[in-house]
Amino acid sequence: MRVAGEVLSVKRVGAHHHLTLVAPGVAERFRPGGFVALGVGGPLSESLLRRTFSIYRARPTGAYGGTVEVVFPVTDPGTEWLARAAAGTAVDVVGPLGRPYALPKEPVACTLVGSGHGSAPLFGLAERLRERGCGVHMVLGATTGAELFGALEAKRAAKTVVVTTEDGSVGITGRPTDVLPELLSRTATDVVYASGPTPMLHAAALAAEAHGAWSQTAVEQEMACGTGICLTCVLPVVGEDGVTRMVRACTEGPVFRGDRVRWGDIGSVPEDAWGAPRVGGPR
Amino acid sequence: MSDVDLTTTVAGLTLPNPVMTAAGCAGTGKELDQFFDVSELGAVVTRTVTLDPVAGAPMPRMTATPSGMLSAVGLQGPGLQGFLATELPWLAQRRARAVVSIAGATLGEYGELARRVGNSPGVTAVEVNLAIANGDNRGRDFASEPYQAAKVLEVVRRDVPRGIPVLAKLSADVDDIVDVARAVTKAGADALVMINAVRGMAIDPRTLRPTLGAVTGGLSGPALHPLAVRCVWDVHEALPEVPVIGVGGVRTGYDALELILAGASAVQVGTAVFADPTTPMRVVADLRHELARRDIACVADVVGRAHHQEGDRP
Ligand SMILES: Cc1cc2nc3c(=O)[nH]c(=O)nc-3n(C[C@H](O)[C@H](O)[C@H](O)COP(=O)(O)O)c2cc1C
Ligand code: FES
Repeated sequence: MRVAGEVLSVKRVGAHHHLTLVAPGVAERFRPGGFVALGVGGPLSESLLRRTFSIYRARPTGAYGGTVEVVFPVTDPGTEWLARAAAGTAVDVVGPLGRPYALPKEPVACTLVGSGHGSAPLFGLAERLRERGCGVHMVLGATTGAELFGALEAKRAAKTVVVTTEDGSVGITGRPTDVLPELLSRTATDVVYASGPTPMLHAAALAAEAHGAWSQTAVEQEMACGTGICLTCVLPVVGEDGVTRMVRACTEGPVFRGDRVRWGDIGSVPEDAWGAPRVGGPR
Repeated sequence: MSDVDLTTTVAGLTLPNPVMTAAGCAGTGKELDQFFDVSELGAVVTRTVTLDPVAGAPMPRMTATPSGMLSAVGLQGPGLQGFLATELPWLAQRRARAVVSIAGATLGEYGELARRVGNSPGVTAVEVNLAIANGDNRGRDFASEPYQAAKVLEVVRRDVPRGIPVLAKLSADVDDIVDVARAVTKAGADALVMINAVRGMAIDPRTLRPTLGAVTGGLSGPALHPLAVRCVWDVHEALPEVPVIGVGGVRTGYDALELILAGASAVQVGTAVFADPTTPMRVVADLRHELARRDIACVADVVGRAHHQEGDRP
């Protein structure tokens, strides 16, 4: 759905910005892993396309009506505008969009791994998993301490929390996926949930596979529309039938089974993909 | 305000309003149907359908540019068989007016597409995408040469049943768009769709290499709008009897009206749908408002109006 939203607050959290929007109706439909597409720049902006953000929290009711929260670093003029937006600024909201994380039917052990602001959607997920009686473990990583997100909140959200930074300023020195193999066996994890940049998702999917666990990965793909109509967000994913197709991150994803994504081929169209140019063919 | 008549006719088709989606900018129709009833549009133009499935261009396929975007999707799609099995029946069942866009790599492919699409139930019109490398002519676009474009239209018009209009979609990347317009209408095109995205390019500030995976791409969106208005104007001036559908940068009701005043009987909305999926129906409402505030009772009365001096209405 599309609603005329409004900025309630923007707070700095380390290197990131935590934006709360009033967006009635969006929260009711929210499931962890879903995202919103926000119009940036205001009515006079020459920036036409939306920016997409994974949803951190969504509250259907409250003093301000339904709210939606997202966490992001400033990476371009669009996110810069959002980071500086004053309370009351109008922001057009489309969402929630995308296929959310699949939840286990049984109360199994789950490890949630996030990197940087990619950790944000894992907290809503942790809540849903706990409601189902799942054991929740979390690994949060970042390049530097300032880029970590939610390390304190994780203590409430999960039974076990491991924090890693590449510069060693907080927690274990290294990447979040470095600690996964040991953690997955120690916690007897059945499902790995991951959110962050592609190399991290790839490593998480491999660690899950090596351990014999399922993995659910939320990809970060640039999106022009977020609604499935432009086909600019595709990545190669292997279907049930074993055939690789270029599928949309915004509609078939952003959450995919980690063992289905052809991580090394993201960005290209593999030669054996359905409809790929035939060698020597006309297209 | 509600008594403004938005009915328009294009190449013998009567449409309840002049607003359509643009080729490749409405998904399968289903995605937009979550936001509004697609059967309320003047028409839904499908993605360009090719004979075989196409995986499309490498990433990145898109980059935002001032007041627009550059994109190179490479006609990703399920191919004719997949399209006829699922996408077209869905549009028909929704009672949407489906304009099917087709493209072939050779004249033979255009002919086969025309035959099979033209004989499928639920097709309101066939739109011929000519911005395609011609496999028989050193890979130059069919759209870039009047002679080649005309040959395609001849084949398609011959193979599509009589009652179904054939629309030729033209590019602005040509010496003189009027020459192409004249050639394709002589060859049998019942109406013209103008314009396709124009070739553009961006270079990544970090890598200092071309931004798009396909190196060049189509520039679309509001940045393109004045070019579309000019092309519609030029063609309507030269060929006032040929129906034109205007496309390029339409985001508001006035953008649509501008193309209509320049000579378009209908308009298509492309890139603006990515920015806001509700754009097409908003343009319908907005256009009604733009006409009402100018005391214009029928949109059909102002097609090409900008070509006439005050008072000398045709
Ligand atoms: C992502 C994208 C995909 C497109 N795909 C097609 C297509 O398959 N066939 C076609 O004839 N035009 C295609 N177009 C061109 C549009 O139909 C339209 O002519 C052009 O974008 C200008 O209109 P706009 O500014 O409203 O987008 C595409 C444009 C975009 C941006
Ligand atoms: S972002 Fe447009 S199809 Fe996914």
